[in-house]
Amino acid sequence: MTDLLPFPVLLPLFGAALTLVLRRHKTWQRAISLAVLLAQVVVAAILMVQTHRHGPQALWIGAWDEPLGIVLVADRLAALMLLVSSVVTLFVLLYAIGQGVSDGDEGAPLSIYFPTFLVLSAGVSNAFLAGDLFNLFVSFEMLLFASFVLLTLGGHGARIRAGTTYVIVSMVSSMLFLVAIAATYAATGTVNLAQLALRMPDIDHRAALALQLLLLIVFGIKAAVFPMSAWLPDSYPSAPAPVSAVFAGLLTKVGVYAILRVQTLLFGDSIVDRMIMIAGLLTMIIGILGAVAQSGIKRMLSFTLVSHIGFMLFGIGLMSQAGISAAVFYIAHHITVQTALFLVAGLIERLGGSTVLDRLGGLATTSPLLGVLFFVPAMNLAGIPPFSGFVAKTGLLQAGVADNTPVAWALVVGSIVTSILTLYAVTKAWSAAFWRPKPQEPAPVSSRQPVLGRLSDAVGRGVVAVWEDPSVELSEQRTQGGGMPRLMVLGAAAVILAGVVLAGFAGQLFAYTDSAAAQLLSPLSYISAVLPPEVR
Amino acid sequence: MSANLTLILVAGVLVATGVHLIFERALSRVILGIVLASNGVGVLYLAAGGAAGGAPFVGARPAEEMSDPLPQAMVLTAIVISLASVAFVLSLAYRQWRLTGSDDVPDDAEDELIRSLAQADQTSSTYDPETESTSLADEEDATA
Repeated sequence: MTDLLPFPVLLPLFGAALTLVLRRHKTWQRAISLAVLLAQVVVAAILMVQTHRHGPQALWIGAWDEPLGIVLVADRLAALMLLVSSVVTLFVLLYAIGQGVSDGDEGAPLSIYFPTFLVLSAGVSNAFLAGDLFNLFVSFEMLLFASFVLLTLGGHGARIRAGTTYVIVSMVSSMLFLVAIAATYAATGTVNLAQLALRMPDIDHRAALALQLLLLIVFGIKAAVFPMSAWLPDSYPSAPAPVSAVFAGLLTKVGVYAILRVQTLLFGDSIVDRMIMIAGLLTMIIGILGAVAQSGIKRMLSFTLVSHIGFMLFGIGLMSQAGISAAVFYIAHHITVQTALFLVAGLIERLGGSTVLDRLGGLATTSPLLGVLFFVPAMNLAGIPPFSGFVAKTGLLQAGVADNTPVAWALVVGSIVTSILTLYAVTKAWSAAFWRPKPQEPAPVSSRQPVLGRLSDAVGRGVVAVWEDPSVELSEQRTQGGGMPRLMVLGAAAVILAGVVLAGFAGQLFAYTDSAAAQLLSPLSYISAVLPPEVR
Repeated sequence: MSANLTLILVAGVLVATGVHLIFERALSRVILGIVLASNGVGVLYLAAGGAAGGAPFVGARPAEEMSDPLPQAMVLTAIVISLASVAFVLSLAYRQWRLTGSDDVPDDAEDELIRSLAQADQTSSTYDPETESTSLADEEDATA
């Protein structure tokens, strides 16, 4: 029954190859991408049922002897992550198809969009299934390369600038990851996670601590944990809406997943847990202060993304079943809600011609539907009761209170403050873009004059070379005329609905994440699924 | 396991030089830095593989005299990946040069805005001193 394990990776890779061959046939490309991602959702759902019933599943690839080859492992956590990510990817693809159908090609090399998107999906799936550190590294590289291409799609000024930062930061973190793998191999003689779990207690504890910190820094960069988070709000907003949506939903969560995996499987309880919680607190507070200060919706969303990574670290740092369970729930919730918000930001950009709050207004009368589409995930993000964000945050707070240490209490308070500030940030965007009447053209002179003066100064001095580029969020954006294509609305609505459904089945989902957390905290079932008794 | 000091020193020097170059402003130097640092990391894998030995072919020699093939397989993968990365960054640098006439990484527009506002001691564009809180405005309406 483990034969299904490679399919979440293989399907999108084959799809990528096919769509690349058929690059001149738009309809075929779309059909193949949709079919592949649909099949991936089905496989992920079957895997989730299997792992829930029969425990972790492992499959050794190739004909190597057991501890040497590459192993794919799915336990409850990995299966849930696979399912949520493949569902979200499918809906984002719908949205992207809708955008492509209505906008045409505009000379952009869009024939590479679908293959790249599928490679990204394969990389994400592979990261969730990877059973050894090196395979994890390879899947990071897969999804990073796909994201490099997607982020710089079209190759105009702002995207090149944003892409440069992103690419270099990613490459530095990859290099650190390679150093971590080399050190791990030198210290233990293996990179297989299950074997590492067995050998890690035997090595010198200072060496183990060094490995742990090295790995946490690497995954912290991917997950945009506070001191390493500056690259994210800088690079995400300039990408096209479906791209930044799928990045925001999935890429940082892969980092969080990796932190959760190594913390539970390899290292267990230690002083580092408290460090993770403190990093989580700083990420929350500093991220949300950044979000409050923003005047563009996409940048604001990027900062809330950073901020809410802190919530997941909170749960992971607790290292209790309740904490990890809530963190896993939070990851699932946050994938759907953050993706939905970025998709809606794309719709706002189409309808209002901009995502800068100063230039928006009156959208609630222009399109009540868009109002609903923004309002539901925005409230969900802030954690207002009927939605999944409330359930996830309640779980975290309960786990934090149960922990009853000063650090945990600090995080409980920090979470509440962050939630309120999130509410403030999204309400600010809501009232500026939707409630108030559309601002007169040109924008109100009195308060904007000095700022504009400074801007033209900056441009005049040639300090900001990219300033006049149309896609920098702050500057004037080209007004994309026209309404909202039905398929785009459908894609966005489906992701939002997925978030709402999470709340509807919160009881069942929490029961599942509870058992997933229990499985993570007793690594023996993982180890015995991967390694036959004679090589342990 | 005994570590080879020369390999570790070479790796350290390569990575340190690479990091120094990565901090440069021009993208072409950053690329050189990445090349150097990733080669340094590659050397680190040779150190991690333990003492050097013969080629690890089955049956060619006893297992104790073979060098460890696993880190070499890993470093091969890493070399291929870093080759592709460098190619991609080169194309980015070229594109940057075509667009702006230099391959310097420009400042983030938002950072620049905030810095210039701070230097001029001005408030941000979202802050509007004329907008009072709505509750206050309502109260004034009520009194008027």
